[in-house]
Amino acid sequence: MDLKRSATIFAWALLLPALLYLALIVAYPLVDTIKLSFTDASLRRTYDWVGLKNYFDIFERGFGSVIVRTFIWTFFSVATKMVIGTCGAVLLNAAVPGKTMFRVLTMPPWIVPMAIGIFMWGWMYNGQFGMISGVAQRLGILDGPFPILATGTSAFIATIVTDVWIGVPMVTIYLLAAMQSIPSDLYEAAWTDGAGRFYRFRRITLPLIVPAMVTMSMLSLISTFNSFDIIWILTKGGPSSATTTMIIDTYKVAIGSYKFGAGAARAVLICIFLSIFCFLYFRAVSRFSGEAAR
Amino acid sequence: MKPTARIHHYRWYELIGIYAGLLLFLAFVLAPFVEGFMVSLKPLNHLFSSPYKFWPEEASIDAYINMWERVPLLGRYILNSIFIAGVGTLLSVIFVTPAAYAFARFDFRGRGPLLGMFLAVNMFSGAVLLIPLFRLMRSFGLINTYFAMIVPGVAFTIPTGIWLLRTYMLRIPRELEEAALVDGASRFYTFRRVIVPLAMPGIAVVAIAAFLTIYAQQFIYALTFNSKTEYMPLPVGLYAFFGRQEVIWNELMAASFVGILPVFIVFIFLQRYLVAGMTAGAVKS
Repeated sequence: MDLKRSATIFAWALLLPALLYLALIVAYPLVDTIKLSFTDASLRRTYDWVGLKNYFDIFERGFGSVIVRTFIWTFFSVATKMVIGTCGAVLLNAAVPGKTMFRVLTMPPWIVPMAIGIFMWGWMYNGQFGMISGVAQRLGILDGPFPILATGTSAFIATIVTDVWIGVPMVTIYLLAAMQSIPSDLYEAAWTDGAGRFYRFRRITLPLIVPAMVTMSMLSLISTFNSFDIIWILTKGGPSSATTTMIIDTYKVAIGSYKFGAGAARAVLICIFLSIFCFLYFRAVSRFSGEAAR
Repeated sequence: MKPTARIHHYRWYELIGIYAGLLLFLAFVLAPFVEGFMVSLKPLNHLFSSPYKFWPEEASIDAYINMWERVPLLGRYILNSIFIAGVGTLLSVIFVTPAAYAFARFDFRGRGPLLGMFLAVNMFSGAVLLIPLFRLMRSFGLINTYFAMIVPGVAFTIPTGIWLLRTYMLRIPRELEEAALVDGASRFYTFRRVIVPLAMPGIAVVAIAAFLTIYAQQFIYALTFNSKTEYMPLPVGLYAFFGRQEVIWNELMAASFVGILPVFIVFIFLQRYLVAGMTAGAVKS
């Protein structure tokens, strides 16, 4: 009995540093955000309570359309990542010569500093001389330079493409790992029964990677919703707010114009959406991987 | 012939399809790098000539030479990036290792929910906590110091680290610690002298993952918490190539490739362990 108590105390002592660190860097700021959202805090050190004013103001300033835009942006980005990532994983799972090299070459967008990858896309999107516009002109798709980041719709699509590019390696590797962990005797049994390749994929591979796909799409949903660097570097939310998502708007209000209170109210809204995603994520995980839980 | 071998026997048209798909996939993944590299080899006036040409007409390494003069602190920015990621990695490992051990071996009340809470931390990364973090850093007088750029990034590598290392530690046989405890060693001594050495490969994976993550994502904290040029990490420092009117693209790309080099070296040597470690943690979750 005493031994068990000392073990518990030891376990908590091991956890304490990490707990305190996260309490200071994540939990306290979270509480502070909620508190600030009810005030008119700015760079000055004193501030007053303003109740729900910040929350009402948000919607008067057309924040509703920012929310809708954020959801559209997130949905298309995550959906595209999942489709390309799944295709990539299936291809990399094929036992062909050179597969190891192909697998390693998938990783660069994920390991390279995000901002640097985004700079490269910035050049690709250059309307006059960038690769995309240049190749399109050569192929006769465009008859003149097309400023991709200067036009609302194309800038919106361009930021999604870059987000997909950064996210795809993670999805691919994760799903590839899930496929690799499927026992090969399942395939052998099906093969002995005369099942074709496509049938084996549809009846064995696909059902068994669904849990991994659910997990990955939820994780990807959270990081895409939070995506800041891509839009900030490529367009700063422009042209005329065509790419302003909730995160970008929050940053502009809070850090750009030092309206901490108004920014905090936006951050709280983001947190509420993220909590909903997280709740759905944990529910999905516990439903799909009940056997892994202890 | 074993069935597995014959299952993987592809017909010629299947092979063509697979390779075509792989090449298409890689083209999407690598296009910006290839194009960026081409740009870094082109003189600036060739860059801005129509029609678009993919290959440099006369390749030159001028951009790789001139960039050090255009941005005199470039070397400093790269070192800053490495320093921030290096100290961050050290902090991350210090916090992750004991916590992962607690989650892997001890059955205390509230373990499950706590593990869940740690994972939920990932949710708040990025710009959401920026305002209070800015106030926090300001009240500690840490604005415009390395600390303000190191500390927040570390927090978001802790949950993933704990998850990866916990999985790794679960595979270490319990008997080894029990033997040490029976011999009269204290729990902390057992942790330090038995577990930590055995978990070294797992700790290494956590460290690499933390280094790459912090190196890759130091943009927003540096942008917000630091205005001192000499402390800037590379991603923010590269803004110096954005002139008042135009961007010096060839030098920006050259500097980007030099800035990629540190992570690239880390990655080349360790990708095997990294991928294995990531996937082990991923699948078990």
